[in-house]
Amino acid sequence: MTNANELETASGAGLRRVVIEPLTRVEGHGKVTLMLDEEGHVRQARLHIVEFRGFEKFVQGRPYWEVPVMVQRLCGICPVSHHLAACKALDQVVGANRLTPTAEKIRRLMHYGQILQSHALHFFHLSSPDLLFGFDSEVGRRNIVGIAAAYPELARQGVLLRRFGQEIIRVTAGKRIHGTGAVPGGVNRSVAREERDVLRAEVGTIIEWSSAAVRLVRQLFEQNLEEYREFATFPSHTLSMVRADGALDLYHGGLRARDAEGGTLFDHVDYSSYWEQLLEEVKPWSYMKFPFLRELGPEDGWYRVGPLTRVTSCDFIPTPLAEQARREFMAYDGGGAARATLGFHWARMIEMLHAAEVIAELLDDDDILGGELRTDGVRQGRGVGVLEAPRGTLIHHYRVDEHDQVVRANLIVSTTHNNEAMNRAIREVALRYLDGRDLTEGLLNHIEVAIRAFDPCLSCATHALGQMPLALELLEPDGTLAGTLRRD
Amino acid sequence: MVVLAVGNPSRGDDAIGPELAARLAAADLPGVEVIVDFQLQVEHALDLQGRRLVVFIDAAVDAVAPYELRSVAAARDPSHTSHALSPAAVLETFERVCGAPAPPAVLLAVRAESFELGAPLTAAARANLEAAWLWLSGRDWH
Repeated sequence: MTNANELETASGAGLRRVVIEPLTRVEGHGKVTLMLDEEGHVRQARLHIVEFRGFEKFVQGRPYWEVPVMVQRLCGICPVSHHLAACKALDQVVGANRLTPTAEKIRRLMHYGQILQSHALHFFHLSSPDLLFGFDSEVGRRNIVGIAAAYPELARQGVLLRRFGQEIIRVTAGKRIHGTGAVPGGVNRSVAREERDVLRAEVGTIIEWSSAAVRLVRQLFEQNLEEYREFATFPSHTLSMVRADGALDLYHGGLRARDAEGGTLFDHVDYSSYWEQLLEEVKPWSYMKFPFLRELGPEDGWYRVGPLTRVTSCDFIPTPLAEQARREFMAYDGGGAARATLGFHWARMIEMLHAAEVIAELLDDDDILGGELRTDGVRQGRGVGVLEAPRGTLIHHYRVDEHDQVVRANLIVSTTHNNEAMNRAIREVALRYLDGRDLTEGLLNHIEVAIRAFDPCLSCATHALGQMPLALELLEPDGTLAGTLRRD
Repeated sequence: MVVLAVGNPSRGDDAIGPELAARLAAADLPGVEVIVDFQLQVEHALDLQGRRLVVFIDAAVDAVAPYELRSVAAARDPSHTSHALSPAAVLETFERVCGAPAPPAVLLAVRAESFELGAPLTAAARANLEAAWLWLSGRDWH
């Protein structure tokens, strides 16, 4: 492992900056700064993210039972993940140490519906254009409409996979957005039989399409193995959640951290005291915090989360098709795909397949149709909820006073966990593709391809028209603007 | 017809879309379905099936106050800005996925100023919203 501060030590005289702001097809506002020296060699890479701020104030003083609904307004992309993570934390506050079977299965159904629709959106809408058309392709082709023109059946499946996941959310949460299905201690509704039956009739097709998507990513690796193996790839520690038996479990489990060689740093750690293993550092040039593994310290303790980590760190996947896909992924290219940053896409499709299989199992389970919905126990003043959201480990932590008001909140979202890892990926790409070259849209897209592999969500739930141009700025060492390139 | 209103009610002026959608839903106009979401996504293309007219409503920082009415034609989205789609790209996705021309569509772009988490509508946005509501509520949608 190299020094985490290495990228920051090169600032000073003789450098100039290339700024890409904001990132295209990444939620919210982001900016990439490349520090170049006078010869045009890349010395630094930094991803600046305007993380949502003011969340603590947003929920402070509110009754705790409002929080699961309020947190959905933090993010327009994964509101269900925040909804469920908040509820898991508040389960502890109401003393619900073990949910009823109906509640747990409905929550799991909601969560895996979210995983499926999010992974489908990312692959079919955001990333497959890069992969199918090439990283240097015309900008106008690299979106879902471009995919639809060239691969109409693929585009159709992407839309319908996404829609299926949204329907799972609707029947479990009550609405497509702003759902209220999960509550502290359980859920407030069961699934209607007729709605379950409609979804059950469709899920076989969803599994078939998900399997095809896994095969498609494998084909892309086979066609571009050398580039995919090396692109934006770097060694890192990893963090994920696993079930007690080591299986992949995206809803509940213990924390597992591994080093770059796959050695265990800690395993099956109770997330209720996550701060004994994880700390967060603030850096002057970024709004985002930098979490690190406490035992290794801020310089060496950074790590990576998300689908690639989860699929490679678990001992097995507890559904047959996804487990077979995992084995093939791990064996491919002598493990090269499992180490590659672009392996995120393959792992993400394996998880989508797993989500479809889990949904099928849950739809077959009559517990979701009725039964005890809520439970409680001895009231607590603190609660921590952790789950594996589509982009990685999501932590919600609340303190609630005797008047049932939230007095403190802390969130560590997936994109924050991957903060340093994304910087590493950008630097790897910049060193390889931008050093000493002219700036072109195709070259710049290589940087975006690397960032998109992580599927960062920059926590901005707004999408006002006209808010997201893409601007490229070239700044001299003294800060003067040397040139711009802008996409509206 | 279908109204697709976009915005986050907890993000300052981004609440314009949901607020107008709530008023329309409360009016319970026959033949008008109101759908509200944080952002336009690919699956919204499927909500356009069988529609005579589509009205998109969104806060806009690039609109002339109080609001602009813009016709929307199916088109590729060259900005492909984020996880979300533009109204034109939703129509284009509909045509590609459903294999039929997209229904006529108009965008009600209401001028917005600020998008802070937890902030209320700005005074300017509130005035713009009222002007937009006058237009929406004064139309005969049959």
